[in-house]
Amino acid sequence: MREWWRHGVAVLMLLFALLPIVFVVSAALNPLGTLSSSELVPTGASLGNFVRLFGETRFGSWFVNSVVIAAVSSAASVFISALAAYAFSRRRFRGRRVGLLSVLLIQMFPQFLAIVAIFLIFSTVTDLWPEIGFNTWWGLILLYLGGALGVNTWLMKGFFDTVPRELDESATMDGATHAQVFFRILLPLVAPILAVTALLAFIGTINEFLIANVFLTDAGSKTLPVGLYGLVAGERNANFGMFCAGTLLTAIPTVLVFQLLSRYITDGLTAGAVKG
Amino acid sequence: MRARPADEKPRSSAGLLAKTVLLGLTVAIAVWAAFPLIENEAWTGLVILLATTGGLLYLYLTPRHIPLKYLAPGTILLILFQVFPVLYTASTAFTNFGDGHRGSKQEAVVAIQTASVTQVPGSRQYVLTVATTGDPTTGSLVFLITDPATRQVFVGDANGLRPIADATVGSTGRVTAADGYTLLNAGQASARSAEITALAVPTPGGAIRSSGLSRAYEGRAGRVYEASCDCVRDTTTGQTWTADEDAGAFVAADGDRLAQGWKVGVGFGNFTRVLTDPAIGGPFLRTLVWNFAFAIASTGGTFALGLLLAVALNSPRVRGRVAYRILLVLPYAMPSFAMLLVWRDMFNTDFGLINNLFGTDVDWFGGAASARLAVILVQLWLGYPYMFLVATGALTAIPRELAEASRIDGASAWGGFRRITLPLLMVALTPLLISSFAFNFNNFNAIYLTTEGAPFPADNPANGATDLLITYTYRIAFGGGGAQYGYAAAISIFIFLIVAVVSAASFRRTRHLEEVNA
Repeated sequence: MREWWRHGVAVLMLLFALLPIVFVVSAALNPLGTLSSSELVPTGASLGNFVRLFGETRFGSWFVNSVVIAAVSSAASVFISALAAYAFSRRRFRGRRVGLLSVLLIQMFPQFLAIVAIFLIFSTVTDLWPEIGFNTWWGLILLYLGGALGVNTWLMKGFFDTVPRELDESATMDGATHAQVFFRILLPLVAPILAVTALLAFIGTINEFLIANVFLTDAGSKTLPVGLYGLVAGERNANFGMFCAGTLLTAIPTVLVFQLLSRYITDGLTAGAVKG
Repeated sequence: MRARPADEKPRSSAGLLAKTVLLGLTVAIAVWAAFPLIENEAWTGLVILLATTGGLLYLYLTPRHIPLKYLAPGTILLILFQVFPVLYTASTAFTNFGDGHRGSKQEAVVAIQTASVTQVPGSRQYVLTVATTGDPTTGSLVFLITDPATRQVFVGDANGLRPIADATVGSTGRVTAADGYTLLNAGQASARSAEITALAVPTPGGAIRSSGLSRAYEGRAGRVYEASCDCVRDTTTGQTWTADEDAGAFVAADGDRLAQGWKVGVGFGNFTRVLTDPAIGGPFLRTLVWNFAFAIASTGGTFALGLLLAVALNSPRVRGRVAYRILLVLPYAMPSFAMLLVWRDMFNTDFGLINNLFGTDVDWFGGAASARLAVILVQLWLGYPYMFLVATGALTAIPRELAEASRIDGASAWGGFRRITLPLLMVALTPLLISSFAFNFNNFNAIYLTTEGAPFPADNPANGATDLLITYTYRIAFGGGGAQYGYAAAISIFIFLIVAVVSAASFRRTRHLEEVNA
């Protein structure tokens, strides 16, 4: 019984972890659907909030927008980041150290202030190329890809460093080009860290609010954070049940991606974290 | 793994095909992007586009510059959507850019004149039709104005008035159809009446404004710019406001300033203002201290909790480990923006869950200490699962034999953890802790979606007890008191320097930097 403290810690944390989630679930099922009538244990259960959510708002479009934008931009950003990580890990060139550090530092500039500049840039872009302007998937995805090089590039570079150099050296001796080394030898070996960064990027993008809020103004082009925020920004009490229902549904894609990638994730966190 | 020469031919031809397709796509996109640029005679943009495309083609066709081939896609996106906006923002820190100081002096003069337009006896009357070039509910508005005498139709917007030829005019003088414009019906127009009232079409002697939704008048400007004295003169009172090129505003002898000014460079003025103005410097320091406390408490707290849990569950003897792990990372799967709003409502004084549950009546966001405690608690909830996952991963990677060896040497379990496991963990996790610190230092959502900076002291409604520098800056930049982008940009440069210095200093202490040098 010397292990009792382990259960004690875990159970205490479980209470803390699950309390807000249970509250969200019961608020979503609460037939009255208001904040003031929401309690920890629901007094009744109905799917009315879910029905209202799909009937009265454009939740369906928000959901599709969010999933497409988050999936495409996180997949693309992982690929772009992996390319850069390969160069930083395997190649020696002038400006490598400066490049690595500036990739990290540029991300530390408070992004939201640049929103004024981003707004001005995309006002011009919308005039010239409406296909990638405001209220479009492609415009927002491009904008998010601007942040593809960042902390994730560092995580990946760390992982690339753990793959023995002898592997690609022997392949090069056998006549493989640098592209073949990257695509056929290294990428399969670093799959775990690709999964981890993909998950982090997916969660980051599907939660992004500030830029999306400026960028997407049409009711049908909004993402989940922008749309759901609009629900409680004005009618906070009355729409609370709908908001919680939307929150639960928003968690589904994240959980699915987590499940999909979970096979790799423990490996990725392990080896990505401990290195050298 | 070894690529045999025999296999190589088909592989490289597949690679060649992919390369051709991608480069072809690049050229196709460049051609598609070039047409609007040519149409709008945006020659600078066209040159940049051609240079970038040419550069990319060269880069991927030459066998040289291998690292750059891998860095180019990310770098181009980084420059376009991060570096460029950041530099633009940084450059506004040296100007007075903001509400009342947006455009050029010329634009300010036009704005002053049109704003002072009043209807005087003898003002010319027109028939007004409101139209738009875009969507009737959101597109930018224009006035279609019919001169009742000549039935000539003009189109007017904030840039001025010009005649149009192909418009059909009804018997009352209202335009019934105009090529290229969508007319607003009565319902659409009245829904946007505020915008219609605000629209003034500048004319040489004043401006045309609406009176109601179907009539317009050409009023006379009460204030006129005179080039001889470089000043604005009020035609009725005779008072003058002289242009001050340093402040970017028209200033009267008694110090009175006109609201519409223009954008001028102010050098380091915004920076010295942050440091010297006591009304700003005081809250800035106080906010900075709390900002550090928040970032350190959030990062340190989540790490401590996550590590404790990881260690607790890192024993094969604990039953139900898998179930614990799945349930414990659930907060990570919930959308954080939504959960921040839910937490805000859980802390509600009157019907919040927390007061209900504990039977208390605490006004959580009313007092500085409780509000700070509350936002840190919320961060702990949001952040510990990530640390738990990362620490679990790191723990499994540390060979169990190491700790067991120390046990055999006589060290206690705690001693073995502290001397062997923890140092190894810290080496691995420090980079993540630093980036978590940098993230929390600028964690805008954590404050903006919960307390919004509250509680505010009575004497300073612009700076609350839970305000981070970034939410404080946001209020200055976009807040109700009139936007001051230039000043906000100066503060954000300070924020950037602080975070960058702290992070760089911490990195120097880890082995990561050595690897960068390797």
